[in-house]
Amino acid sequence: MSFSPIDFPVKVDLNACIADKGCTVCIDVCPLDVLVIDPATGKAGMKYDECWYCLPCEKDCPTQAIRVDIPYLLR
Amino acid sequence: MQTINNEDLVLTTEEIETDVLVIGGGTAGPMAAIKAKQQDPSLRVLLLEKANVKRSGAISMGMDGLNNAVIPGYATPEQYVKEITVANDGIVNQKTLFAYAENSYAMIEELDSWGVKFEKDENGDYAVKKVHHMGTYVLPMPEGHDIKKVLYRKLKQTRVNVTNRLVATRVLIADDGRVAGALAFDCRSGVYTVIRAKAVILSTGAAGRLGLPASGYLFGTYENPTNAGDGYSMAYHAGAELSGIECFQINPLIKDYNGPACAYVTGPMGGYTANAQGERFIESDYWSGQMMQEFHQELAGGKGPVFLKVDHLAEETISNIETILHSNERPSRGRFHQGRGTDYRADMIEMHISEIGLCSGHSASGVWVNEHAETTVPGLYAAGDLACVPHNYMLGAFVYGRLAGESAASYCANTELAEVDTKQVETERQRIFAPLARKHGLSPTQVEYKLRRLVNDYLQPPKVARRMEIGLVRFEEIRADLQQIVASNPHELMRAAEVSFILDCAEMAAKASLFRTESRWGLYHARQDYSERNDAEWAVHVQVQKDQSGAMTVFKRPLEPYIVEPDDVEKAVYQQIRIQPKSAVVSSGVSHEL
Repeated sequence: MSFSPIDFPVKVDLNACIADKGCTVCIDVCPLDVLVIDPATGKAGMKYDECWYCLPCEKDCPTQAIRVDIPYLLR
Repeated sequence: MQTINNEDLVLTTEEIETDVLVIGGGTAGPMAAIKAKQQDPSLRVLLLEKANVKRSGAISMGMDGLNNAVIPGYATPEQYVKEITVANDGIVNQKTLFAYAENSYAMIEELDSWGVKFEKDENGDYAVKKVHHMGTYVLPMPEGHDIKKVLYRKLKQTRVNVTNRLVATRVLIADDGRVAGALAFDCRSGVYTVIRAKAVILSTGAAGRLGLPASGYLFGTYENPTNAGDGYSMAYHAGAELSGIECFQINPLIKDYNGPACAYVTGPMGGYTANAQGERFIESDYWSGQMMQEFHQELAGGKGPVFLKVDHLAEETISNIETILHSNERPSRGRFHQGRGTDYRADMIEMHISEIGLCSGHSASGVWVNEHAETTVPGLYAAGDLACVPHNYMLGAFVYGRLAGESAASYCANTELAEVDTKQVETERQRIFAPLARKHGLSPTQVEYKLRRLVNDYLQPPKVARRMEIGLVRFEEIRADLQQIVASNPHELMRAAEVSFILDCAEMAAKASLFRTESRWGLYHARQDYSERNDAEWAVHVQVQKDQSGAMTVFKRPLEPYIVEPDDVEKAVYQQIRIQPKSAVVSSGVSHEL
């Protein structure tokens, strides 16, 4: 994750993510609006540490690029 | 992310005009919008959502069952109304329960026809299960994960207008007291939006970010944390009555994960809530205040922790449970268990008592509505978790969504758009955007954390007057802190606005709880200083409302006469939840006095 060295729950496989080709599915469906396109890579990533570990981003991703971990505080 | 000039933002205003405005696109909201449009296709219907309608609200990942299906052959509306009257310790408006119960089956059939999948037996009949104390109302939905997709398709077919990422903050009220629309801002662009509407339907869900979870994680809530109590606050400031706020939502959940352990799913398959010895201690896993009181006592009495027990079941059954629980509602719970090294086959699942919230879907705390989903403000309707129809759950949200949509459509037929009061528009603009203009101050996250920690310290039951009085003083200090919050972008502005919603809910929760000087609803309103239930004085609704001077008032509203009166045996059922020693059971199953 290029935004922060801290481990966030939403992990994006930058090779699989097609946000740089115009896909915004995960960004669209997140209830908490925590995902954005990272200007440095053009790929999706987590900007706000406010994840509800609910999984629409992971389930709806057309390239299976996302994996959501349980937030550290709850693990 | 592009840089937004904060000064430009404050000046940019968009105006939208519609007939029916539905605020909240989770469960009740889409149904309300669809039904308003179906009743009168000439109406302009706008569904406004803070997140995205495709995946918003309590059922963003689907639902694993109906908790309150009233299906002919299994239950009658009369039975259901009696069951919920007793489950909610008598404080109900039975007309609203009947309006739900009588429309429950038609709603199931309609959802079925739209493509929502319910469990059926080999004859094609609904496979209803018994979980409640008296009647049989639970209809599993093992393939319920697609429910939002079905709703979305129907919204498109019905040509409802949808707008996403708009955060509504206030209902506009005209000089004559009726609704004129609502105010909102975009949580990405920050654009301020004035929506003129003849009728407004609030369906913003529970106040799910009220107490702080024991984990300390702000977003580790049972409810979708997008639901910060927005609608409770908006209804209050619009002058509507709220009811039963002192009847908190407190749930028995998987510890730390804070999702449902799902005894409703596992119960009919042989699972149950157990103490540390693996013994069943409650007769039924149906969520009620009395059930939570027994849960609390088991934790406090040396037999805790409390667990969900399924490890005695056959492999086939456990696999089935896993398939359902790990693909519906909160599908990440499988990886939570995996991370802890717990397996349903070998381990009991540790449970705990949740933080408090407001939610009529589960308890009774909500915006007061009648059997037509009308609030006390002309043109304002409410449906779903935030509308006070006790124990209404998902199917109740759909039914009241329908009632709200149809009522609002009828109201619009004889109503013109009300004039917008520019003073309300400008006052709210100042309030909402102020954090962007500040150069130095407090982060929304820190203020929210402190507020919710204070909610735990002063409002978590059992309740006592002095604690709640101190809580109110501390909440006033937080109100002053709101004037110090700094936001650097529209996303943080949304979080800042949510802190004010949470604060309004906290204040209402404290004042309603102080007012009702008795104990009722088990743990939900257990008062240490008034430990007995007192029907002579408190068989009434407790209402909260903003008065003409802008102050919060709390008052009694008498109960409407019952339409169906539960008999004495039925009345006692929810008072006797704890499993009794064998000798006592033989003499009488329901021997307790009310």
